[in-house]
Amino acid sequence: MTDIAATAAPSTETATLPAKLATGFVNRLVIIVPYLWLLFFFLVPFIIVFKISLSQTAISMPPYTPVIGFKDGVSGFFAGVRELNFDNYTWLTQDALYFNAYVTSLVIAGISTILTLIVGYPIAYGMARAPATIRPTLLMLVILPFWTSFLIRVYAWIGILKPEGLLNQVLLATGLISQPLVILNTYTAIFIGIVYSYLPFMVLPLYSSLEKMDYSLIEAAQDLGCPPAGAFWKITFPLSLPGVVAGCLLVFIPAVGEFVIPDLLGGSQTLMIGKTLWNEFFSNRDWPVSSAVAVILLLVLTIPIMFFQQAQAKAQEQSK
Amino acid sequence: MKSLGSIRRDFAPWNDPNAKPYIQFDKVTKKFGDFTAVNNLSLTIFEREFFALLGASGCGKSTLLRMLAGFEEPSAGRILLDGQDLRGIPPYKRPVNMMFQSYALFPHMTVEKNIAFGLKQEGMPGADVEKRVAEMLKLVKLEQFAKRKPHQLSGGQRQRVALARSVAKRPKVLLLDEPLGALDKKLREETQFELMDLQQELGLTFVVVTHDQEEAMTMADRIAIMDKGEVMQVATPAEIYEAPASRFVAHFVGNVNMFEGKVAEHTTSTTRITGATGAQIVVDNGSNAAAGSDIVFAIRPEKIRVSSKKPADAVNALEGEIYDVAYLGDMTVYHIKLDDGQIVRASALNASRVTEDPLTWNDRAWVSFRPDAGVVLAR
Amino acid sequence: MNSTWSRFNITSIVLGFAFLYLPIVLLIVFSFNESKLVTVWGGFSTKWYVSLFHNQGLMDATWVTARVGVISATVATVLGTLAALTLTRFTRFRGRVLFSGMVFAPLVMPEVITGLSLLLLFVAVGLDRGFLTVTLAHITLTMCFVAVVVQSRLVSFDRSLEEAAMDLGAPPVKTFFQITLPVILPAIISGWMLAFTLSLDDLVIASFTSGPGATTLPMKIYSQVRLGVTPEINAACTILIAVVAVGVIIASIANKRREIQRQLDEQAAQRG
Repeated sequence: MTDIAATAAPSTETATLPAKLATGFVNRLVIIVPYLWLLFFFLVPFIIVFKISLSQTAISMPPYTPVIGFKDGVSGFFAGVRELNFDNYTWLTQDALYFNAYVTSLVIAGISTILTLIVGYPIAYGMARAPATIRPTLLMLVILPFWTSFLIRVYAWIGILKPEGLLNQVLLATGLISQPLVILNTYTAIFIGIVYSYLPFMVLPLYSSLEKMDYSLIEAAQDLGCPPAGAFWKITFPLSLPGVVAGCLLVFIPAVGEFVIPDLLGGSQTLMIGKTLWNEFFSNRDWPVSSAVAVILLLVLTIPIMFFQQAQAKAQEQSK
Repeated sequence: MKSLGSIRRDFAPWNDPNAKPYIQFDKVTKKFGDFTAVNNLSLTIFEREFFALLGASGCGKSTLLRMLAGFEEPSAGRILLDGQDLRGIPPYKRPVNMMFQSYALFPHMTVEKNIAFGLKQEGMPGADVEKRVAEMLKLVKLEQFAKRKPHQLSGGQRQRVALARSVAKRPKVLLLDEPLGALDKKLREETQFELMDLQQELGLTFVVVTHDQEEAMTMADRIAIMDKGEVMQVATPAEIYEAPASRFVAHFVGNVNMFEGKVAEHTTSTTRITGATGAQIVVDNGSNAAAGSDIVFAIRPEKIRVSSKKPADAVNALEGEIYDVAYLGDMTVYHIKLDDGQIVRASALNASRVTEDPLTWNDRAWVSFRPDAGVVLAR
Repeated sequence: MNSTWSRFNITSIVLGFAFLYLPIVLLIVFSFNESKLVTVWGGFSTKWYVSLFHNQGLMDATWVTARVGVISATVATVLGTLAALTLTRFTRFRGRVLFSGMVFAPLVMPEVITGLSLLLLFVAVGLDRGFLTVTLAHITLTMCFVAVVVQSRLVSFDRSLEEAAMDLGAPPVKTFFQITLPVILPAIISGWMLAFTLSLDDLVIASFTSGPGATTLPMKIYSQVRLGVTPEINAACTILIAVVAVGVIIASIANKRREIQRQLDEQAAQRG
């Protein structure tokens, strides 16, 4: 994470003087207010999650016994540290269910990300090559579903995918199949749901990197004897890589912890970690275990999130 | 009376030892991290002067201007304005105004409001603001555009709004950062003269930053040529062109031919130079370089005459072959390859429509010049 | 560009948009279905809309959601704009890395984690779950989105505008309110709209942080969806989609009008 600061900091000396001139109360306020807010509502909660993941489960409200507190002063704090227990983590390793859920989530998110890229790339490419006059409209059409409820869009697929749903009706009517396909409550339904819901997140960064590209590069490649398909793989695709990376991370990271899609489309048989956490919390009311699940999930996602941050910082530098 | 260049300048406080400096950069250094943008630079600008800072991008000229405006503080040294040290005075309290390269017109305000902005900041009463704004609009001939927003104006109009806004407060000094950079060539030439007239009319001190030598030569009373954070020469346009102080300045402004050589001998009025390949050049005695020292003789193309025969009266004449010719309408440019291998550029004004001594590729030709046509520079 | 490529382009766009919009269109169509079976067409009817308005639980949830949305979006816009300013203007202060991390991480953080951690915070500080906690949670999530939107505008903001204002005598704070804020206002407004929509849309974080009496619309819809697909939910969804779509379309038409007017102005200006 230190590199981010290094890339974000240089070449800004010229900009800092007005800032310097007004140092003092107002400037401090600008930094401090959002800083404190995020510290308290974003960072501190993670520490609490970590702390509770090391607590004992208890049947009470809240359903855990806190271990570390400052009520008894410093000595109490150290007494608490001695009592820390990693039972919840041990529990996670003992029950194969959790391990499977993590692995399945990563695999599903990975496959879905690739599928989204395959579906999204031609769309983004077509948009970037569309006449400049209709590009803003196309862009708006991609963004528009994003403004409508995620839940609703996932819900809409239930009616399409279920055994007596529209897809099966159409396929049966056209005679393509004789038996209704079972799609709902399978992993296939989850793939469809993720690709559908996250498509705009893939298309937008792809589009913005493809749109920036100078088309005369392709013409130059063709002029130098490169056939269109070759020109695509040798010129277009490499130049769109920043968009590909950004899009994939924007899809992959949230997809790993996705809850709504596996819950509504995947049924009870499918195993994903977001759903496991939800069930552990709401059905089993086991807060320490669900906290431990969250801590591990966060650790798993640390690397992709750091990649994402780096990509963000880079994009920010380039747009300057 | 002999004078450098074709203009006589009556306004020349820099030659007056009693003139009071108006702006003084006193051993100013500005560092950005490890990069030194301005290096121990001293410079004096006089009241009512039209002063140009000329240099390639990154030479420190804009940094100098921004330090005067107060957007940057010098790392070392002082900047004085009318005797007052400017250190620590924020930009919004300095009696200087700046016209920005991008114009920086406030996009959400009309032309009127843009011009009135600075006046309102100093608490000028409403009626006076209105009067001053009207005056400014008239000055830049934009009366009928008062209610327009910046995006509803052409490039030239925007430039004039920026100008009106920056002079509205009657600053002690007006700073102009590449004021004509965004205009097309024709408009730029017109505007150069408008700016000069405006400066005369308002009686303000102008400091302009530019990378365009023609612009600087046209408008400025004096030019400072900058390179790598240092001033190479401060002089009038004619002095810069006709008497450059160094090879860098000679190269930077206009075209120049350089002959490397040694001082062969001094007489009472002339210096004889032996070129690296043996050619003999006699120049008026302007150099105090000792006999035997390495020097460079610099001469502008238009001061070299090209002819098919050696002119009878020529003090300096060298023989060669026409290597390239370009007819440009108002003049013709020749590249002549001298017999010692050096290529000389010469340009001839096409003062008449017909030429009696036409030359073409591969013709034998003579280049000749007067002893006072060039300058001797240290190598 | 040869014709096969452009035919390929058009096909992929058409198929892509069909994929994006077909489910929504079907959902809307079946909200007008007479039959209770969502997937079998039984004739046109608006009866589900009527019954929707008699569903007190749904109406209450809508009201809660609207209030949470407006309050959280407004606070998030202020905080997010401050965060964006911090990110673009203050490049060197202690903890900058941590700060930018805290701004960008929530964008991709799985909602279950954010929801759980916020809930545990509220329990730890003894805050009763309800309207306030959902609102606080939504502010935290959406301010980061606002920060990103405003930041991308600030990055392309011409700093010489501010320098010009200061050069003309305006002190920094005055410069901010008279120059910077009006110029970046469109980005701030779209940040607000984004924050509002995200709040309107959120199920997971609301489920964790909400309590009795503060059931939001997505929570209500979710609990009914789990019981089965009903035309009534289709109707509720259709209204939600309509509200958002109308808002977005009006905004973009207004935007387009302004853009066209601007282009006309610019052309006129070029002519003199």
